[in-house]
Amino acid sequence: MKRFIGFIKKEFYHIFRDVRTILILFGIPIAQLLVFGYAIRSEIRDAKIAILDRSHDEVTRQITNKILSSGYFLLSENLQSENQIEPALKRGVVKEVIVFENNFGKNFRKEGVAHMQLIADASDPNIAKLVTNYTRAIVNDYVKKEFPGMKMPYEIEVQPRMFFNEVLKSVYMFVPGIMALILMLISAMMTSISITREKELGTMEILLVSPLRPIQIIVGKVTPYLALSVINASVIISLGHFVFGVPIKGSVLFLMTETMLFILMALSLGILISTTSQNQMEAMFKSFMMLMLPTILLSGLIFPIENMPTVLQWLTNLMPARWYIVIVRDIMLKGADIFYVWKETLILIVMTFVFIGLSVKKFKNRLE
Amino acid sequence: MSTKVIEVQNLVKRFGNFVANDHLNFDVYEGEIFGFLGANGAGKTTAIRILCGLSSPTSGHAMVAGFNVKNQPERVKKNIGYMSQKFSLYEDLTISENIRFYSGIYGISRADRIERERQLLRNLELEAERDKLISSLPLGWKQKLAFSIAIFHKPRIVFLDEPTGGVDPVTRRKFWELIYEAVHNGITVFVTTHYMDEAEYCDRVSIMTEGKIAALDTPAGLKQQFDTDTMDGVFLKIARPDK
Repeated sequence: MKRFIGFIKKEFYHIFRDVRTILILFGIPIAQLLVFGYAIRSEIRDAKIAILDRSHDEVTRQITNKILSSGYFLLSENLQSENQIEPALKRGVVKEVIVFENNFGKNFRKEGVAHMQLIADASDPNIAKLVTNYTRAIVNDYVKKEFPGMKMPYEIEVQPRMFFNEVLKSVYMFVPGIMALILMLISAMMTSISITREKELGTMEILLVSPLRPIQIIVGKVTPYLALSVINASVIISLGHFVFGVPIKGSVLFLMTETMLFILMALSLGILISTTSQNQMEAMFKSFMMLMLPTILLSGLIFPIENMPTVLQWLTNLMPARWYIVIVRDIMLKGADIFYVWKETLILIVMTFVFIGLSVKKFKNRLE
Repeated sequence: MSTKVIEVQNLVKRFGNFVANDHLNFDVYEGEIFGFLGANGAGKTTAIRILCGLSSPTSGHAMVAGFNVKNQPERVKKNIGYMSQKFSLYEDLTISENIRFYSGIYGISRADRIERERQLLRNLELEAERDKLISSLPLGWKQKLAFSIAIFHKPRIVFLDEPTGGVDPVTRRKFWELIYEAVHNGITVFVTTHYMDEAEYCDRVSIMTEGKIAALDTPAGLKQQFDTDTMDGVFLKIARPDK
């Protein structure tokens, strides 16, 4: 045990004395989260809208206020008649026109049915879809809060995909993806680099001729990265939760357990890469080409898996990150427990054992 | 003769069809400097790896420090030191941290470590550099330090795989002074080298070609046997027997 502690201490010296390592370990995760969280938002902000309110009653006023105070919309103009709608949209400033029917409030209170129309500028279909979705979500929310127990049919059908992400916040989707990416980076890439560095410098030979058993060497090399990965995962979850308001509906403990499983999987992948690489460059190249790029492109982090060609869809099944992202999204956004994600969990466990098995086999071959 | 610390009998190591070590037979006695020479690719490194317990022999028998390398590699490892041609201290750790690390993996007690560290630094005149990073030291110092750390746990045998590669003659001479000192302290030295002047420093020398030991004797004996004045001559005659 004392040997082991000495080993880990030495490993931390390596980490803390290398500026680049520190930067990768702590700079990248936070930078990535901020970039994805703030800059690359596929959500809207301050979209200009116009309102044609034919009713001017209390309900329409409340809905209008709610929409405008949401932070997503800015009122560009109040329209007086229907023939102003098309010119308003044509000018390209207004992204959406909201039309309240005559006697909106009265109809709603008396008959429980009122109509509002959303007319969006669909020259950018994505934005059009987003703004209408946002608006609908805000109105839904208003009805739910102000008139509990009532149902208000709209002319627009409700899309079930919004159910778990009422305001379509893209950061909700990004946080799990970034966790997968960062954990891959630290656990797999950094571990494989740090092990191959010892090989390259010749210190691995010294370790191997020492009384340390190979398993002690590997565990000693891996433990610091395990600790750092757990810290990083906690930081990302906290940032996501407290800064970006991503909900954690499921158990935090379960989330961390699944995260540990993913970290172990990534570490075993890192070990596997290091057994097949001769130097740090090779290890870095392999981790980047085989882990980082596929994780970014094929895990569903950026491009939806459903939209990919069938062959690629099939390939995504081989991406550990894909399964982890599903698990994290389900736990955080849906409050899932093990009965909902047992299949994904099992896949990760099997992958971990396969990688460890392959590494041990490789390692033994080298010794023979 | 004193006790044998290394006994090798009919040692064979095959990689597929390639025979790296072809029935090696030799003994190394306690307290001697045993030179292990051979051209590149002659099978020296394979043999050393087997003796250090890093690789297991295909057939044959090898005992190091009284333990069988095949069945008891862990016991063997406790009793040997090793320094390779590649430099083998951690560059981003200080001298003291390296010492602490190696003491840790060899299970040296704290009190022993402090005493030996003090002695080592005084010996190498590195007391002032104790807390400097290895990367800031000149190569000669690093090599002496690597050797001192390789024998820090007082092994019975130390294996040196081309320890003086790339070092100037003066530093090499000083390095050999350290080797003599280790021998004086009862450590057996098993050394490979490409420098024939260093071969002269050894008590006995074996020369390998194509996986076999072609000659084994004292430097003087070898020179007499091959009828030449220098170890260079011996080496050339063995490496190219047709000339």
